[in-house]
Amino acid sequence: MSKILFTNARLIDPEAGTDSAGWLQVVDGRIAASGSGAPERTEAEVVDCGGKCLGPGIVDIGVKVCEPGERHKESYKSAGLAAAAGGVTTIVTRPDTSPVIDTPETLEFVTRRAQADTPVNVLPMAALTKGREGREMTEIGFLLDAGAVAFTDCDHVVANTKVFSRALTYARSCGALVIGHPQEPGLSSGAAATSGKFATLRGLPTVSPMAERMGLDRDIALLEMTGARYHADQITTARALPALERAKRNGLDITAGTSIHHLTLNELDVADYRTFFKVKPPLRSEDDRLAVVDAVRTGQIDIISSMHTPQDEESKRLPFEEAASGAVALETLLPASLRLYHAEQLDLPTLFRAMALNPANRLGLDCGRLSIGAPADLVLFDPDVPFVLDRFTLKSKSQNTPFDGQRMQGRVLATYVAGRNVFRRS
Amino acid sequence: MSFAHRHLLGIEHLSQGDITAILDLAEKYVELNRQSAKHADVLAGLTQINMFFESSTRTQASFELAGKRLGADVMNMAMQASSIKKGETLIDTAMTLNAMHPDLLVVRHPHSGAVDLLAQKVNCAVLNAGDGRHEHPTQALLDALTIRRAKGRLHRLNVAICGDIAHSRVARSNLILLGKMENRIRLIGPPTLVPAHFAEFGAEVFDDMRKGLKDVDVVMMLRLQKERMDGGFIPSEREYYHRYGLDAEKLALAKPDAIVMHPGPMNRGVEIDGTLADDINRSVIQEQVEMGVAVRMAAMELLARNLRGAA
Repeated sequence: MSKILFTNARLIDPEAGTDSAGWLQVVDGRIAASGSGAPERTEAEVVDCGGKCLGPGIVDIGVKVCEPGERHKESYKSAGLAAAAGGVTTIVTRPDTSPVIDTPETLEFVTRRAQADTPVNVLPMAALTKGREGREMTEIGFLLDAGAVAFTDCDHVVANTKVFSRALTYARSCGALVIGHPQEPGLSSGAAATSGKFATLRGLPTVSPMAERMGLDRDIALLEMTGARYHADQITTARALPALERAKRNGLDITAGTSIHHLTLNELDVADYRTFFKVKPPLRSEDDRLAVVDAVRTGQIDIISSMHTPQDEESKRLPFEEAASGAVALETLLPASLRLYHAEQLDLPTLFRAMALNPANRLGLDCGRLSIGAPADLVLFDPDVPFVLDRFTLKSKSQNTPFDGQRMQGRVLATYVAGRNVFRRS
Repeated sequence: MSFAHRHLLGIEHLSQGDITAILDLAEKYVELNRQSAKHADVLAGLTQINMFFESSTRTQASFELAGKRLGADVMNMAMQASSIKKGETLIDTAMTLNAMHPDLLVVRHPHSGAVDLLAQKVNCAVLNAGDGRHEHPTQALLDALTIRRAKGRLHRLNVAICGDIAHSRVARSNLILLGKMENRIRLIGPPTLVPAHFAEFGAEVFDDMRKGLKDVDVVMMLRLQKERMDGGFIPSEREYYHRYGLDAEKLALAKPDAIVMHPGPMNRGVEIDGTLADDINRSVIQEQVEMGVAVRMAAMELLARNLRGAA
């Protein structure tokens, strides 16, 4: 029987909404007891947290690992190391690989690869339509049996509403979760920036923030028709929030996420065409950013994701319009989110509710919390230590982070998966 | 007089003083260009490479002539747009050229920001000859010189920029330059071609050309950029001409001495009446071309001074 006792910790409990001094006992990979004051004496291995924060490990929905197809950008091994270093104990992977993960056979391939090479939990998602082409639904039942935890065509919107409504209807019968990308595909085609003064000055092709609301409105109408379980991958604009609020109030089975980049950066960060800041959907105005931060605070937006998207140097060293979208973020998710804590916009239990508890609940996992019996997936971090991010120190194979050279505050000290130490900062 | 820039990438980076310095120096070259002996040797020994990733006749010719008249060794590289499908080729091409030690690189590219990107990778001075729908600084400077010579000043004028503003780098550079020089700017065009965000630059936006042209000093027409349109901005060319084409009747609403400008090449009968374009009493379109050579000579001389200063 293996036992670990974390003492002298600042426990971040998103379920109870508390941030308090205490201790936590782990037995055989699960949380066995916790409390404040002096812990009972045991023969356990003792980890003195030195007053630093101990929270549930992050559950990150929407991580792109580039296997199969582009292993030079990110492998399961490198993604696993990056996740462990970032305090992410469960990565939920995207199917937008090459080939697309749209059959039980490809899903089994990535599951095997993940088990062999990754120290953290890996849960795969599968495509909703074959080849992410929006024409025919995938074998949702078989894929569920093979371990798919959700179905998504990622940033490909299923433009044909009839196809999407059938897929949602079928998914509902299987109890499958569908993750949509709320975006009106016609309006947003070819866009590299959000319409506004900045993009006008830079002469970039733009999309109105309204395209997100239009996409969400359509998806909500389809949920009313089909009763499916639905999660919007990224809500990034103020205008989409009232529709989301209404849909929740009407009892639809809908949750929403947002990305760490849309919470901490805005369109002006693109500056002189910096392609590491090109993400999809494009960065928004400061007003939108603040609205989205507030929606996370109130719980209207449920989940914060890294939307980890590795891109090699060649796909980013291009004119802005031509450059690939996406940013790596497994290792920067927690430090970047702490900007919102230091700005006094979100407290730590709220952050961990959005990064651990809610995503775990949405996927029906028992991790993401500090309650007795939960897996001991834990992150120990110092929320205050300052550092300047050097992208070449990242463990990802790709280093396309917009935070390169930026001052950050707070970083991971150690990460545990089922009580096993998978990362310790030296 | 100092001109503290390594590159000329856009009007955005220039101050009022920078703009005036370029225009003042250009005046001298206007005189020189009207002599029979048109040579100066301020660029003697320097190598100028013109890299046009988008086809151009007049701008490329203007830069070539400007370089040759200043004594530079000028090389033209016609980069087929199709041969540079990948941007790493853009940077690789730039690096290859860089190894040949050019001093001045004149670049036009179909994508906004591409010239900025290239300027980060090379050691020489880079002149933006137009990038996507971002900037075309020498066009704005030659327009400014044309206006200053015709109107006797470059401030407190009412300037109307008309037509396809959304797709126009000329409009953006002119908007910035004329704004910096404290003029009142009106943007005229159908709302599909004049996005609302342009109003945030302090310009007045009109979708009725007749109202917009009232009492302006300068009418700047833009070419309808059919090649940049991916469908459905205007119903037809004939309706566009009817509502937004400049003809004598609409021009009569401007000040009696208003000048008519066009960066070329013109679509006669689409955005401008052919007779009006040729009317030497109103149109300064030919003078714009003349000013183009002088302004480019001035810009290159100023950048070359910095190059020699650094050497």
